[in-house]
Amino acid sequence: MTPFAYARAQDASDAVRLAALANASYLGGGTNLVDLMRETVAQPAALVDVSGLPGAIEVRLDGSILIGAAAKNTAVAEHQVVRQRFPLLSRAIVAGASAQIRNMATVGGNILQRTRCTYFYDNEGSRCNKRSPGQGCDAVDGFNRMHAVLGASDACIATHPSDMCVALAALGAIVHLHGPQGQRTLALTDLHRLPGEHPEQETELAPGELITAVELPALSFATRSAYRKVRDRSSYAFALVSVAAAIDVEDGVVRDVRLALGGVAHKPWRAWKAEQMLTGQLATVDSFRAAAAAELADATPQSGNGFKIGLAGRTVVAVLEDLAKEMQP
Amino acid sequence: MPTISINGAQHPLPPDPRVSLLDFLREHLHLSGTKIGCNQGACGACTVLADGERILSCLALAVQYEGRAITTVEGLALDGQLHPLQQAFIDHDGFQCGYCTPGQLCSAIGMAAELKRGVPSHVTADLAAGGIAPSHDEIRERMSGNLCRCGAHNGIVAAINEQLAATAQEAP
Repeated sequence: MTPFAYARAQDASDAVRLAALANASYLGGGTNLVDLMRETVAQPAALVDVSGLPGAIEVRLDGSILIGAAAKNTAVAEHQVVRQRFPLLSRAIVAGASAQIRNMATVGGNILQRTRCTYFYDNEGSRCNKRSPGQGCDAVDGFNRMHAVLGASDACIATHPSDMCVALAALGAIVHLHGPQGQRTLALTDLHRLPGEHPEQETELAPGELITAVELPALSFATRSAYRKVRDRSSYAFALVSVAAAIDVEDGVVRDVRLALGGVAHKPWRAWKAEQMLTGQLATVDSFRAAAAAELADATPQSGNGFKIGLAGRTVVAVLEDLAKEMQP
Repeated sequence: MPTISINGAQHPLPPDPRVSLLDFLREHLHLSGTKIGCNQGACGACTVLADGERILSCLALAVQYEGRAITTVEGLALDGQLHPLQQAFIDHDGFQCGYCTPGQLCSAIGMAAELKRGVPSHVTADLAAGGIAPSHDEIRERMSGNLCRCGAHNGIVAAINEQLAATAQEAP
């Protein structure tokens, strides 16, 4: 591990001030960053520890919830109001990692975790445009079973590995930021970027900007929502495909729907097209199939992951079918 | 001087922030009970308890745990008496080579507290339910972060099951 300076931030302003040093990184639970530093993929000159910043979960009168970015993943998953109002978020979190990691990992860190593409991790043996811009990508002609089928580029086919973020994307979560230029908010779906020609630029965060909180706007029909994760083993594995969904059906018609996919793209993939197609349609398997097909129409397989396209479609349909069934009187 | 509590004793933190909690325990304090497996958060062999919560010491920087109370496998026995879960692992053949055992033990103790608190898992059917029964499937899922390459998982689950049942009986 390359030597670094360590400082513990007292509050968000203090963190931003400390991180103004060139090549500083914020440190949450360390479950991804410490690993990347050990592999010398990440070599920050300084770590600003923000794990002691606010992590409270505040239930507000308007039905929204504000989660401090330092909240542990376990704390969010076990929170009674999250479980009642946004069960897909609890489900997504407990589908990810292991209990030990969920006890350490923060919400802010989960959002900013890096891809688990093995070529990205292999600093000494593989080319990677994300790690070393302009170097080339060994995943394209390599073992790319886990890689992206939506929104990828010639430069990068990596996926975003978070389960939690897929639920947050479906819920329309809003990320609160604090940076050298002040405070602002950003929709989670606008935070992560598609790779394009610059896969090393993973988010829209300005240099030194810190995630301080995540806001879940009220969404009454999310009380019936689901997260389904398909993976190579039944626990403790990253998603091949995952689906977060909530649907509001009245008299057999889709009034509103939220749908997001994980394991298929460089960012948590909000299925805007499918949502738009479904709204106002009959809540039938045929509608679900048509919406899934529309969402995946532009999907492009790599040499080893063509199965993901069909799998994603079937998983979307199955999740929506289950939810619609639950809503029948 | 910044300190960290390990099994009840205060120790000064290492001056180099690169030292992981795992290396601090093993290389600095010579507490070799906590094992180094993958050193990348994939196997659970290095699991310890931080203020009663199970964490992976390989992904923890020691400096981040200033002022916290760490319990390792060396801290489980009391006055020379094995922790009841340690005895249950012996009774149920919950290990063969023993390398994953310290992590399994600490993980299971942390898991018992999570169950008691009502933390849901991936296999919990009803998120709204208050109490969660420690079924075979619940224990397996909750212990999935601890790998055993000897394949002693059946004995491990049986040992934990027995210990959880015994604790439930003691409770009022």
